[in-house]
Amino acid sequence: MMTETQPFRLATGGLVDRAAPLNFSFDGRAITGFAGDTLASALLANGVRLVGRSFKYHRPRGILSAGVEEPNALVEHRSGSRREPNSRATVLELYDGLVATSQNRWPSLRCDLLSVNSWVSSFIAAGFYYKTFMWPASFWERIYEPMIRRAAGLGRTAPAHDPDTYEKATAFCDVLVIGGGPAGIAAAVAAGRTGARVILCDEDFVLGGGLLGDKADIDGGSGVDWTRTMAGELAAMPEVSVMGRTSVTGVYDGGVFGAVQRVSDHLPEPLPHQPRLRFWRIVARRSILAAGAIERPIAFGNNDRPGVMLAGSVRTYINRYGVAPGRRAVIFANNDGAAGTLDDLAAAGVDVAAVVDSRDGSSAAVSVAAARHGVVMHAGAMVTQAYGGHGLRSVEILTSDRQRERISCDLLAMSGGWNPTIHLTSHLSGRPRWDEAAAAFLPGSLPPGMTVAGAATGNADLNACLASGAATGLAAAHDCGFSGRLPSWRGHGSGDGQCHQPVRPLWRVPGARGKAFIDFQSDVTTDDIDLSVREGFGAAEHAKRYTALGMATDQGKTSNVAALGILAEITGTDIASRGTTTFRPPYTPVAIGALAGHARGMDFHPRRLSPAHPFETEQGAVFVEAGAWLRAQYYPRPGETWLQSAEREVRTVRGGAGICDVSTLGKIDIQGPDARAFIERIYCNNFAGLKPGRARYGLMLREDGFVLDDGVTMCFSDTHFVMSTTTANAPVVMQHMEFHHQCVWPELDVQLTSVTEQWAQFSVAGPLSRELLRRVVDRQHDIANEAFPFMSAAQVTVAGVTARLARVSFSGELAYEIAIPAQYGDSLLRELMRQGEAFGVCLYGTEALAIMRIEKGHVAGGELNGHTTAADLGLGKMMSAKKDYVGRILAQRPALRDPERPTLVGLLPLDHGSQVRAGAHLVASGRAANLENDEGYVTSSAFSPMLGRWIALGLLASGNNRTGEIVRACDPLRGTESLVEICSPQFYDPTGERLHG
Amino acid sequence: MRIHCPYCGERGVEEYSYRGDATVRRPDANGPDALERFVEYLHLRDNPAGSHQEFWQHLHGCRAWLVVQRDVRTHAIESVIAASRRVAR
Ligand SMILES: [Zn+2]
Repeated sequence: MMTETQPFRLATGGLVDRAAPLNFSFDGRAITGFAGDTLASALLANGVRLVGRSFKYHRPRGILSAGVEEPNALVEHRSGSRREPNSRATVLELYDGLVATSQNRWPSLRCDLLSVNSWVSSFIAAGFYYKTFMWPASFWERIYEPMIRRAAGLGRTAPAHDPDTYEKATAFCDVLVIGGGPAGIAAAVAAGRTGARVILCDEDFVLGGGLLGDKADIDGGSGVDWTRTMAGELAAMPEVSVMGRTSVTGVYDGGVFGAVQRVSDHLPEPLPHQPRLRFWRIVARRSILAAGAIERPIAFGNNDRPGVMLAGSVRTYINRYGVAPGRRAVIFANNDGAAGTLDDLAAAGVDVAAVVDSRDGSSAAVSVAAARHGVVMHAGAMVTQAYGGHGLRSVEILTSDRQRERISCDLLAMSGGWNPTIHLTSHLSGRPRWDEAAAAFLPGSLPPGMTVAGAATGNADLNACLASGAATGLAAAHDCGFSGRLPSWRGHGSGDGQCHQPVRPLWRVPGARGKAFIDFQSDVTTDDIDLSVREGFGAAEHAKRYTALGMATDQGKTSNVAALGILAEITGTDIASRGTTTFRPPYTPVAIGALAGHARGMDFHPRRLSPAHPFETEQGAVFVEAGAWLRAQYYPRPGETWLQSAEREVRTVRGGAGICDVSTLGKIDIQGPDARAFIERIYCNNFAGLKPGRARYGLMLREDGFVLDDGVTMCFSDTHFVMSTTTANAPVVMQHMEFHHQCVWPELDVQLTSVTEQWAQFSVAGPLSRELLRRVVDRQHDIANEAFPFMSAAQVTVAGVTARLARVSFSGELAYEIAIPAQYGDSLLRELMRQGEAFGVCLYGTEALAIMRIEKGHVAGGELNGHTTAADLGLGKMMSAKKDYVGRILAQRPALRDPERPTLVGLLPLDHGSQVRAGAHLVASGRAANLENDEGYVTSSAFSPMLGRWIALGLLASGNNRTGEIVRACDPLRGTESLVEICSPQFYDPTGERLHG
Repeated sequence: MRIHCPYCGERGVEEYSYRGDATVRRPDANGPDALERFVEYLHLRDNPAGSHQEFWQHLHGCRAWLVVQRDVRTHAIESVIAASRRVAR
């Protein structure tokens, strides 16, 4: 009944479910197919042969193949934000409601105005872009590029954010079988029966591979029946997983494979909580590549006309989908596969007008088949040209006695032989080797643990596939310590013989007329290869780049080998010596989303939150990213700008008390008999004299003598220290210390533990900070000025909970840092704020913190930039002369001691109202602002509420000797400039009186 | 690539971080030619086409620093030991 709307659907046969019609649309036209169809088979069933326009010439294109190699039938799948360009209709599984649109046409598929490109093609042959658009340069952006962009392209990307989700997963197995055809199934069954853990990945949505497309019988039953029996057996094996719709796309070191599982591409949209794609990392001890083979087109005139198809694909549309791809066919081949193709076409009721065998009448198999079906056989003949615009109408052949003859047909089934699908064998730099007997590239050296079975070995006969599958499957399981018996199956398929020794490959038809395409997707013709050689680009890799051959989304699956063959013919060399282009992952296109997985948007990286984050959020904090951390930047009151908020926070701290969350600072717990000795070697300054109960500022160098990080280290006993690092450098410092402990001085008995996440820490700063802490720290701890002077450190309790208190200051005020186990962090901050109410305390964020440290001339990220020495930062005196430490020797290099190095200076704009920004370059007054005169740059700047003007820190050549000099601060990026006076970096309270208050 | 951590077993390379040549040893800082030796230690590297000794850290695992013997042409790993277990010079 449905067949009325599907005029090319056969009355019976195929693996489609005629009881399950599916409605879909192509270019807005409502069409019906069946469950089990691909978009391509459903289009062919409905007589839709024109499905797209080519990339460069906008030539009408149809369906060439029935698999992943398809270069022509590329469509936009779905619409709106789910639109996926360059979807191959030949593998797009049909579902009810599928929407597909043709690409590269304007305004419509049948009437494409840009197909005029085809008429001017002599001007846009290979290399055309390189030559024509070179001059004048100014034309490129305004004229050439927009023009090319409009004309070319491979579909449009989705206009909006992808609404789907993607997943990553890892699997482990003994034996990975790649490919679900007869060889792959045989391998999986042979290995699975031994009890080995087996994963079988098949890119198709139905297991069976070539058994679905060819008529086959195995042990007296049909190939399809055998596949179903084996699939049932595999499903019942607990250690075997069969992953359908899963393409193995790459081979990586150590038995690691990448694979994309299309979880939802066959559904209108993903089911709830299901990803669209899942990217698998499969770790396998052994692997079997049973990926089959891809048929070769033949280059003759207009071989891209819709209706010119690969012969094996013609058989697949007949046998698997129950679709006749035409009414009247011509077969053109150089191998015995023509016999099976003829049988299948005849069985489907397709009128076969002729068999054109390019070989010189030597094939008994094909002649016999032709005679059996009463079909005209042209041995030693060639198809030279195809006719028909939007669809094939006839072909011209050149017979063995040099006669040209026109044969009307709407289908040409061509076969130039087969290329084993060996892409994965060369992902670890294995080189395929040309085999004269098979007239094909066969696997060269293989990735460790991989064996090859089935048609990928160069022999696609069903018996050979079953035998090589069983043997490799059992051998792989055996290598993993399993044992079993070798299964034996006997079979015969309609594709048998097609890989058997073509006398010679037929890459292109001599005397062909019209454009003879090699790479359909990149629109590369035989003439382009000729041109490439003439212009000196005859090496495989050069020709590929000159012509763009093999560079489209199909990566040249139907064209790379042919191009090599033609290059060899033109240059009179043999193909083996031309080498081959290198196959790289991925085997088939992988959506970027699948590689990103969950790492997108908010999940791009983990977000680290301070233990007091909830309270800070309640208090209206505005947060800023500091690495993976979110830190409170400022706490605006209604109507305040960030600057007003930060100013108020600074004034509150300097006038009373403020609290800043410094939980993000790195904290490293250092314990052991050699803890002090280790710290001595890590820091450049002296820690030998640091007594328990005291803290010290430490400066850490890299081995090359530059400053790595700084921070305060507290000593609790001779064997227990707690080091703090900057927020940004915490992971680097930890790794640096672990390296030096484990690799350089393993004899030191010391343990390092990062406790950054385990402790919440708050800076309590300002003249009233001690009074505030007295109300929070338990009474038995004396924190009076005399008992707990500057740089004291002690273990204390807060409401009975162990805490650590250090009297240290970044702000320059009387200040403390109090740390408490993370789970109490939020409570402690609430309690500090509650007790602080009487003192007018406020929370302050990183903006106020930065302002205060710049006012004090303390260095931070802008200055600790990996290019500064201790001396550059005015900290040269810290470097101990009495000990060895990391960075000591190389800090003595002349360039690091050059007195003209840029050093830390303070900068004051002469115009009090003007702002100096970090990044501005410093140039001596009266000199031009250029690279030669560049003497340094501004590293940090802030508006100082205490000074009532902008202040800045910078690195300036010989800066130590230039106090009082006026220099230019030039900011060409923002187009500003101001005059600044060099001063001491300590802008506020330079004598440090407030610290000791 | 997969690396067998002596403490954690075989893990994917994504858990590790690479540092480089593990044949170099930090020189004696008090030696007469310390400056030259340190420049070599930090900057001069052999680049053998073949087996190479490298430092890797099991960063997203037990954090052990490892000495990995690896053929840089094939990425085949010949041995892995904990750096702290190396015999001193
Ligand atoms: Zn480990």
